[in-house]
Amino acid sequence: MHNYLKRRKILSSSMTLITGLFSVFAICALLLILGYIALTGARALNIGFLVNMPKPIGEPGGGIANAIVGTLILISIASVIGLPVGILGGLYLAEFGSNRFGTVLRFLIDTLTGVPSIIVGVFAWTVMVRPMGHFSALAGGVSLAIIMMPIVARTTEEMIRLVPQSMREAALALGAPVWRMSLGVVLRAAAGGVATGAMLAIARIAGETAPLLFTALSYNFMSTDLNQPIASLTYQIYYYAQSPYEEWHAMAWAATLVLVTMILAINISVKILTRQRYQ
Amino acid sequence: MSPASANTRRLSSFFLKRRGRLADQLFKLITLLFALAIAGLVVLMIVEMARDSTLSFDKFGPSFIWREVWDPVREQFGALPFIYGSAVSSIIGLIIAVPVSIGVAVFLVEHAPRSLSTPISFLVQLLAAIPSVVYGLWGIFVLAPLLRDTVYPRIQSAFGFLPLFKGKPNGLGLMTAGIILSIMIMPIVTAVATDVMRAVSRTQPEAALALGATKWEATWIVIQNARSGITGAVILGLGRAIGETMAVTMVIGNRPQISASLFDPSYTIASAIANEFTEATTETYRHALVEMGLILFVITFVINAFARLLVWGVTRGEAKGAHA
Repeated sequence: MHNYLKRRKILSSSMTLITGLFSVFAICALLLILGYIALTGARALNIGFLVNMPKPIGEPGGGIANAIVGTLILISIASVIGLPVGILGGLYLAEFGSNRFGTVLRFLIDTLTGVPSIIVGVFAWTVMVRPMGHFSALAGGVSLAIIMMPIVARTTEEMIRLVPQSMREAALALGAPVWRMSLGVVLRAAAGGVATGAMLAIARIAGETAPLLFTALSYNFMSTDLNQPIASLTYQIYYYAQSPYEEWHAMAWAATLVLVTMILAINISVKILTRQRYQ
Repeated sequence: MSPASANTRRLSSFFLKRRGRLADQLFKLITLLFALAIAGLVVLMIVEMARDSTLSFDKFGPSFIWREVWDPVREQFGALPFIYGSAVSSIIGLIIAVPVSIGVAVFLVEHAPRSLSTPISFLVQLLAAIPSVVYGLWGIFVLAPLLRDTVYPRIQSAFGFLPLFKGKPNGLGLMTAGIILSIMIMPIVTAVATDVMRAVSRTQPEAALALGATKWEATWIVIQNARSGITGAVILGLGRAIGETMAVTMVIGNRPQISASLFDPSYTIASAIANEFTEATTETYRHALVEMGLILFVITFVINAFARLLVWGVTRGEAKGAHA
């Protein structure tokens, strides 16, 4: 009897230990990957790398200025299309979507979140690139917007649902029409949360490569023409990584450091901002 | 749904109906259109892809799924090697990721104090923020050489008699892809498993503790009660793994073959599309790729739908974290 109890206690504490070790393991994986990116990327990173254009192999001093600009342009196109659609769609789900029809919509939108990004790329190719006849920044932006919309819609819905009912009732009681209650009171109260959701969605699409492969493609020069192919950090990393040249590998790591710093900065600042608000 | 919100809904609908304000009706209609636009994309994708795979479907019919040949020159296509590669790499990913993720979730819910669980879960979620192409880069230059030089030879010297571990590993193959995938899907499995374990009732495990159960025995009750939601978390992870493109494309070796050895190069549906779509010289070739895309879409659709139903069942329709 005494032995049995001992065995149970040993099992219990060893399971605590194992789950703790798993957590340490997961965090170590993160730190190893980030640490390697920081060390390797920093070796090739300098001001010139950020402001110069790519150079042919063998010529030193090449940079990724066009890819940084390209990524920013792609994100802007995606945000201009994706944010309004996502936010208003989320508003509908929160304010009018508490019935069976809303559940169906919510379900389809959730499913869209799980669609592989490469499929979104194929879709954007069929509806944008083929009719236009060429690759373009616009097609790339649209494919990123498609990835962004369901994420923004669902976070917006959740944030709006957090707004206290009393605020809605107060607005209605003061004689405000429903649309003013939703936009002027509820959406404004939830604005902070909606904005953080939008930031996270931007961080997510900034790292997408697959949807750009057959939409924005890439471009070796500085371009701001939305009707032409455009470079992006992620495509550039992919391209350099696949090349046989050592210097391009170094550039891939440096570009990765830039991209990951950008994405982590967004994630961490969102975390800090939301912690202050909800504590 | 709290009584207050039901009240507000009655109030809103009262205003919407009785006063018949045009502006309100219009507002509802406009937001509905946006919501429909997002949901409609799913339908539109299926239609477009079905239209764009007719050539391949007419030529090969359902046999496309089990044909093994992939010959763009003679225009003979079959999806089996790609389905195999997607399935096996994802399963390897799950085998590694699931125990770790559930372990982390148990630690976060049952053991860690709040001051520890918040930063840990944030750090684990940061793994999901790292872009796929970055995992691919890390996979090519760090993980693959490490596995090839130190880990795989050891596995071979111990289990080399199994057909699973035959051949000369060059680092790029199913196993490496599976290991990368396991790191990539760990955050979502952990997040959803944590949510469902937090959502189940505490009364049973606490009663068990009061009756003298050990911590692990009480935890086991929590896992039992949350098991359909945990299953949902695992299936969501599977959906992610099957659709993952860039990282897998960069480390799986991209060779359409079905080989018993996990060290051999393989190919997945997603990476075939990524590599070959812009190079598809003939219409049939492109339609074959799109048909594979459609298969991938349907698989991930079914997987996600099923997983979400399971998770919603536990978190009672609040869909907490289901979109994580």
